[in-house]
Amino acid sequence: MKHYIPPQLTRLALAFAIFITLFLVLRNFLVPDTFGEYGHYRGASLIENEQPEIHYSGQQACFECHRDIEDLKAQDVHSEIHCETCHGPGQKHVISSKATDILKPSSREFCGSCHVMNAAKSKNAVIQVDLKEHNIGKNCTECHNPHQPWEMKK
Amino acid sequence: MGNEKINSSRRKFLKSAVAIAGATIGYQVLKSSPVLISAAEPKDESLPWYGIVIDIQKCIGCGSCAKACKNENDVPVEPFFFRTWIEQYTVKNDGSVDIVSPNGGIDGFEQRVPDEDIFKSFFVPKMCNHCAKSPCEQVCPVGATFLSPEGVVLIDEKYCIGCRYCVQACPYGCRFIHPVKKVANKCTLCYHRLKKNLAPACMEVCPTGARMYGNLRDKNSELVKFLKEHTTHVLRPNLNTGAKLYYNALSSEVR
Amino acid sequence: MDPHYQHLYNILANSQGYIFPNEIDLQWGILIVVYPFITGLVAGAFILASLERVFNVKILKSTYQLALLTAMSFLLVATMPLISHLSQPQRAYEIMITPHSSSAMAIFGFVYLWYLMVVLLLEIWFDYRHSMVVWSNEKRGVMKWVYKILTLGVSDISPETVKWDRKLGYIITVVGIPSAFILHGYVGFIFGSIKANPWWSTPLMPIIFLFSAMVSGIAIVMLIYMVINYFRKQPIEVDVLDSIGKFLFFVLILDFTLEGLDQIHRIYLAEESFEIIKLLVSGKLYLTLFVSQGLVGTIIPLIALAFLQFYKHKIKLRKTMYFIVGILVMVGVYSMRWNVVIGGQLFSKSFSGFTSFKVGLIGLDGTLMAAFWLLIPFGILVFLLWLLPPWKMVNEEE
Repeated sequence: MKHYIPPQLTRLALAFAIFITLFLVLRNFLVPDTFGEYGHYRGASLIENEQPEIHYSGQQACFECHRDIEDLKAQDVHSEIHCETCHGPGQKHVISSKATDILKPSSREFCGSCHVMNAAKSKNAVIQVDLKEHNIGKNCTECHNPHQPWEMKK
Repeated sequence: MGNEKINSSRRKFLKSAVAIAGATIGYQVLKSSPVLISAAEPKDESLPWYGIVIDIQKCIGCGSCAKACKNENDVPVEPFFFRTWIEQYTVKNDGSVDIVSPNGGIDGFEQRVPDEDIFKSFFVPKMCNHCAKSPCEQVCPVGATFLSPEGVVLIDEKYCIGCRYCVQACPYGCRFIHPVKKVANKCTLCYHRLKKNLAPACMEVCPTGARMYGNLRDKNSELVKFLKEHTTHVLRPNLNTGAKLYYNALSSEVR
Repeated sequence: MDPHYQHLYNILANSQGYIFPNEIDLQWGILIVVYPFITGLVAGAFILASLERVFNVKILKSTYQLALLTAMSFLLVATMPLISHLSQPQRAYEIMITPHSSSAMAIFGFVYLWYLMVVLLLEIWFDYRHSMVVWSNEKRGVMKWVYKILTLGVSDISPETVKWDRKLGYIITVVGIPSAFILHGYVGFIFGSIKANPWWSTPLMPIIFLFSAMVSGIAIVMLIYMVINYFRKQPIEVDVLDSIGKFLFFVLILDFTLEGLDQIHRIYLAEESFEIIKLLVSGKLYLTLFVSQGLVGTIIPLIALAFLQFYKHKIKLRKTMYFIVGILVMVGVYSMRWNVVIGGQLFSKSFSGFTSFKVGLIGLDGTLMAAFWLLIPFGILVFLLWLLPPWKMVNEEE
């Protein structure tokens, strides 16, 4: 039997072999080093996901300086609320100690976001007030100390 | 005769060429087999396996969580991108359900329906469910979203190609394309905070403790104790996503 | 304000009911409608060509090379709508180097490469090789070298070798048919496997995509055959049109039946998502589904084709009817892609509301871009027909 291999087939096989080899070599350089360490993803991404800076410090950081407020707050109904819920992100202030680097909200709208009357809020979860009737025109903080809400001022 | 000589030397050349090519290909295949074959995830039992509980009875719709999340995580303030948001459900006496989420709930909620028409009403905070059998992770074509060893579904921002398949695949609507970074983005359970033993921003600021997180592997954790003592549900259980966000007091109207 | 945000505020104002806040903007736009349309044309044109080769449908002989070159022209462009829609297109190569085996989209790179290089390229190569060798000998200058390179330097055109061209081409065609099914079927699977979206999630999706692809592919070969012969001042054989028309008719019936089955099943089951889908179909999707896809794209062509099957009227009338049917069918299949892709994103996953969609004109995801990717293949086809003219091929009379 004659060993006849069609020449176009051998030429094609060569062309494909070269192409596939080139692809695999190129791939070797392109796949990121940490890929596949823990799964089908770049292992380095786990570390990158830890990098972003924090903006909220947690109230223990606040208590390091503001011990008086810690004691005050613990005695009244806002005891379970963390400082940054109202004061906003505190990390900048923790580092700089500047009063301008933290919020001190006192508007009716702000307090209202928790306390305004809404049928969807459970009465057990929060005391609700009809802002259209309750002391209109006054800021809540004029009568209520946010750290000791039931100790009325004046 | 001359032809046979040419044929045999040609054959020898081809043989050696194929041998070299085969060796190169074989080496490449072996070298990259951890990637070609799906790498098994190491089950490191010493790491926590994070789960979340949201207690609907405690949520008062103040919006602190959604606001804190945007502050913490570099999410644009426009009302189109949210890693977490709150929905207000109002089930009326006529059976219809009114659902709203103005600016994700960041500015709080108004009561839109008069008391006498309301059958019941409640708030439902939403966030990424960090599914154990996550459909978003399943469909990512390049491996840019993944389940971390701690059970947190994360995104590799440097690898995402922005095909948006994951956004389509998430049944809960938690994913979006970041308008500036132009890659997929979603709640990461504040992974960067978890690794420093800090609570996720939304949980840090929730005034009523409606949001909880913890280690599902730790039988003594607050989270597991809560799951034991309450009846909880996940969203879309029929889709079998392995969602690890358990809702207490989830009403049947919620999707 | 950033114009993109202005656009989103407009959509927010136009949204109905409740949508999840992140769902405001459609993720997949007109380019993702164009992509399955293009690969559908490729798969359909190829399958028509395979009918001639594998099932020996002699009357289609004159359209064989035309169908293959049409498929090639569209395949060369197929990746472009996808790449231009990515928000990080420079990273597109990642799909080739770290494909995620659980993702249907990851298959794309390799299925595309396989189909381009092994199926289409090789089939055209085996078919044209003999002619290319002859042309490389006849031409002078640059063209001589172009053909020489195209033949990969193999100049053997002995009868034995040419016989192998036939054999190998036949094998490739046989391998090519399931490959064409996978090339377009996987696109259907990409949608069909999204359990989060009830408009997409059905096992019938790959099959529906495939059959509508065959419809569009057959129609475009018919249209191109008529147009090319018109420009070349060659007779348009009505027998060829009748034959293509017959395949078009039967595939269209199958396509209609399958799509109908999908909808009937959905209506009967009336699952959780049915209420919102009912609103979608009777509202935002009414025109594109019932009028464009249903009436214009399916019912009218079916009636016309049935008529043409049973009554052999005046030849001029038949040719005109085939031409119009071809265009209507293309409109119908394009609408089908639109209804699947856009329709599936118009309603919220909360099943309680709708967002809205307006196609921009300019920009990477706009109408002009989509039109560009749809028209370029015709330019490529003209080039290919010049480079590899089917009517100048060497006739191998055995």
